[in-house]
Amino acid sequence: MKYSVKPLFSSTIGKKLLMAISGLFLCTFLVVHLIGNLQLFKNDGGFAFNVYSKFMTTNPLIKTVAYVNYALILLHVFTSLALTIKNKKARPVSYGYNNAKANSIWSSRNMGILGTIILVFIVVHMQNFWYEMKFGEVPMMSYFEYISPEGKTLSTQNLEEVAPSSYGTVRQVIVKDLYKEVTTEFSEEALLVLLYVIAQIAIGFHLWHGFASAFQTVGINHKRYSPIIKTLGYGFSIIVPALFAIMPLYFFFIK
Amino acid sequence: MLDSRIPEGPLEEKWTKHKSSIKLVNPANKRKIDVLVIGTGLAGGSAAATLGELGYNVKVFCFQDSPRRAHSIAAQGGINAAKNYKNDGDSVHRLFYDTIKGGDFRAREANVHRLAEVSVDIIDQCVAQGVPFAREYGGLLDNRSFGGSQVSRTFYARGQTGQQLLLGAYSALERQVGLGNVKQYTRHEMVEIVNIDGKARGIIARNLINGKLEKFFGHAVVLATGGYGNVFFLSTNAMGSNVTASWKAYKKGAFFGNPCFTQIHPTCVPVTGSYQSKLTLMSESLRNDGRVWVPKKKEDCKKRPQDIAEEDRDYYLERKYPSFGNLAPRDIASRAAKEACDDGRGVGVSGLAVYLDFADAINRLGKSVVEARYGNLFDMYEHITNENPYEMPMRIYPAVHYTMGGTWVDYNLMTTVPGLYAIGEANFSDHGANRLGASALMQGLADGYFVLPYTIGNYLADEIFTKPISTDHPAFLEAENEVKDRYNKLISIKGKRTVDDFHKELGKVMWDYCGMARDKEGLEKARELIKQIRKEFWSDVNVPGGVDEMNPELDKAGRVADFIELGELMVVDALNRNESCGGHFRTEYQDAGEAKRNDNDYAYVAAWEFNGIDADPVLHKEELKFENIKLAVRSYK
Amino acid sequence: MKFTLKIWRQKNTNTAGKFVDYQISDVNSDMSFLEMMDVLNDELVRKGEEPVVFDHDCREGICGMCSMYINGRAHGPKRATTTCQLYMRNFSDGETITIEPWRASSFPVLRDLSVDRSSFDNIIQAGGFISVNTGQAQDANSTPVNKEDADLSMDAAACIGCGACVAACKNASAMLFVSAKVSQFALLPQGQSERSERVLAMVNTMEEEGFGSCTNTGACEAECPKEISISNIARLNRDFLAASIMK
Repeated sequence: MKYSVKPLFSSTIGKKLLMAISGLFLCTFLVVHLIGNLQLFKNDGGFAFNVYSKFMTTNPLIKTVAYVNYALILLHVFTSLALTIKNKKARPVSYGYNNAKANSIWSSRNMGILGTIILVFIVVHMQNFWYEMKFGEVPMMSYFEYISPEGKTLSTQNLEEVAPSSYGTVRQVIVKDLYKEVTTEFSEEALLVLLYVIAQIAIGFHLWHGFASAFQTVGINHKRYSPIIKTLGYGFSIIVPALFAIMPLYFFFIK
Repeated sequence: MLDSRIPEGPLEEKWTKHKSSIKLVNPANKRKIDVLVIGTGLAGGSAAATLGELGYNVKVFCFQDSPRRAHSIAAQGGINAAKNYKNDGDSVHRLFYDTIKGGDFRAREANVHRLAEVSVDIIDQCVAQGVPFAREYGGLLDNRSFGGSQVSRTFYARGQTGQQLLLGAYSALERQVGLGNVKQYTRHEMVEIVNIDGKARGIIARNLINGKLEKFFGHAVVLATGGYGNVFFLSTNAMGSNVTASWKAYKKGAFFGNPCFTQIHPTCVPVTGSYQSKLTLMSESLRNDGRVWVPKKKEDCKKRPQDIAEEDRDYYLERKYPSFGNLAPRDIASRAAKEACDDGRGVGVSGLAVYLDFADAINRLGKSVVEARYGNLFDMYEHITNENPYEMPMRIYPAVHYTMGGTWVDYNLMTTVPGLYAIGEANFSDHGANRLGASALMQGLADGYFVLPYTIGNYLADEIFTKPISTDHPAFLEAENEVKDRYNKLISIKGKRTVDDFHKELGKVMWDYCGMARDKEGLEKARELIKQIRKEFWSDVNVPGGVDEMNPELDKAGRVADFIELGELMVVDALNRNESCGGHFRTEYQDAGEAKRNDNDYAYVAAWEFNGIDADPVLHKEELKFENIKLAVRSYK
Repeated sequence: MKFTLKIWRQKNTNTAGKFVDYQISDVNSDMSFLEMMDVLNDELVRKGEEPVVFDHDCREGICGMCSMYINGRAHGPKRATTTCQLYMRNFSDGETITIEPWRASSFPVLRDLSVDRSSFDNIIQAGGFISVNTGQAQDANSTPVNKEDADLSMDAAACIGCGACVAACKNASAMLFVSAKVSQFALLPQGQSERSERVLAMVNTMEEEGFGSCTNTGACEAECPKEISISNIARLNRDFLAASIMK
């Protein structure tokens, strides 16, 4: 049989592999991001959240992962662009009347639109917090760190709760108060809250199809396991975005 | 007397000996030889693939958009082979005997024996190609009993055996196309054959996309164009199935064998209205568990079947043929259905249907078993009729299904025109007057994979010095002009009646007078009617559109014109054969409803030679010698 | 029954097409969709107009020749059905029925509703076979095949190559078609020796023919008249990725 091995990613299946792997990675990122953000709900004046954000912005491993994350978002976007262009070429004349809802779910056909909404959101989101955090003017706050004689950070402590320690030293740490930044923005900017909620809905729909689809793309389809993956995907695509969406709503309406 | 070139020697050794004495073409010379194969069904597809593998330069043609669409694909039940995997006493000889007997002793012994011999190789070949035959839990091939056979020798792939075998042949063919050994011309219809110095040397094909005529040279031409059941308009054949290629060959000197032998299949969905375009076959396997009946009393016919008491039902097959019962061969079961309906006891709106009832099977086996066996067929029935066969008995009626007759060929499958071959349903050779279930697939593949590729070498070995003839040769140009004139004529008539009008009229004449039962008076009448239809067709047909474009109406007109001429030949043949045998039932020749053969006068193949459109065709006889089996009354009682 | 038919008319590949409306009455609900088209064509011919060209052949749902995008769906509204097996009782009286050809750059329109699907043949030519010459086979029962695998192989082999998967897919992807053939052989011992080569060759040709990519919408499976499962596509992905990496 005549055949040739072409570079994997030159084929649509290879490109889809990129989409799937980057997508699944971004899913795990969402989970980590969510767990961190849940600190916002802690009633400690932002202490836990700020500790977490300090950790996220300074830990070299996390920083590396963060850059991988940005790269994967770009990869996800550009690969999808390449695929979309090919797909558009595959049907130059569209149907006069197409009843696509009879054979497929809405989100599966609108991954591009959903993805675009999410991309816009990511840009705004980065501008709001990441850029502000890095280059903007953010109020400061401080907390204590207990340092062992060997110089290891043992624990962190809120300022109000500081207690003398018999072991090691205490150090005051001054950081940017991202908690304040977040809560202020969310309680004042109605449009921003709206954008965040819309974006989370988009993420939900995107994942509703994307989560299980990624497994199909990497070749996992099994009569017993695939239904589990599907259910997991549906759960994921509801719970994760919902929790994210609750945050701005919580600060806007309740707090 | 025609010479069928049957090799000498004992029956069992003829083929083996013949194969080893056939002339060979060396590989270097094969490359220089062009073979044209017309048709891509089981026979054509497998032949083209195999010839390509052998190294010939093959060009293959089909009128469909892909070779995979050929109508072999619709065969449901299975394919016979004398593998004896079931250890139930099957053998090559038994398959041979069953086929000869099933064909009512009107087939050629040597051919049929060869068919039974190579049947085993077909299964091996198909399995190696990846045909997913049904298997048992141990992983070995499953077999079933089919079409009244007393052994289980039928291999099957669900209800889609024809499809799977065809796709196997198709993939082998496409492999050769990919390798450059075969060139494939889809949406091309052969519309004329070109003979030069008494040998077949090429064809004219119409490119169905743009209407252009294209000329092709070949050292040999193989017709694998299937049967002509569509002469009846309504049949189980595909809409495009036609006789044109065979008919052109006939008019250019190839004799036509036993044209009146047509098979009417007993289990088809009945006709519902005048708009009906085709009839759908329900697999014969349904008769394994279904019981056929009609009401005993005429007045019950319009009642709902469940309201007819058991004692008022006539299970006529079980009554007439106690040993075979509902599994009686096709011709017999069909005729019995016709008798019941002629007797006024037919059911359904038209009165032209009988019941095929699964109530007993469902009681005995349970619905789930019946569903596992026939679920897809029941669904198909419900699809078409909107009736649920689990609750209501099916209504079935016979329909034209297969033509045993076809282009006459000798033992090497060569027609009376040197260099012109006919294989598969297109030839007449192996089924006599009636074909058994699951034998058509067997014959198509036997011819294409295992017979023709050998025998054609015998002819081509002498052709290695023939240089390809230019398609500008006068014979090609003349043939091309004939075709052009014909199409221009068809377009220019601009009459009042559509092509289908004529086709339906012809079909009705054929069905009424040359269908399941025939008699002298009716046939004579039919001949006059057909002549009339031909005259009217050529003066009143309306073909829209132009010649140089995609024009399916024009394609159809060309085919119907040939069907009309063929219809007359079928009637002539039926008139000539003053006996009843297999699918040919002359009401004058019967023993209380059973066919009465006349072996003294008609143990021959009627091969007809074209003698001008308005002249009577010339009859040539090929005597059938039965040296290995005794002629007997074919009884299924 | 009565219908308004909105039918795509196009003279040939190189000219533009458009929808033309036709009225048809006296339609019997037991008519098949194609018989209804026959009746329409019969009327058109009698009126001296050109009939609508459409592909069809066996009219029993197995040859794969019939196509048509009916009311926004490949092979019309009924599940697991080819156009030829669609009956007018599946429509409601007075309805407007829109009929279009398959639309894909790999399936150019030949005329009206008829399209050229030779790209499918090209894909099969690239690798949709097992390389065995006539006469080379061993005894059919010498290699047992697990029944479950044989059944799955048959499920995939049931594909009729009609192109509904391409037509229904928003990307005009041929993945279901290709995966069905790849799976048929991948599930059988006979298909193992060329398994990697086959999938590479077929996918390469599929890409060259200009079909779009699979985005797992499942439209192909939903519209497939033979209900070929998209689990075959997962198998194709698996085999292709493995072959691309290991070869």
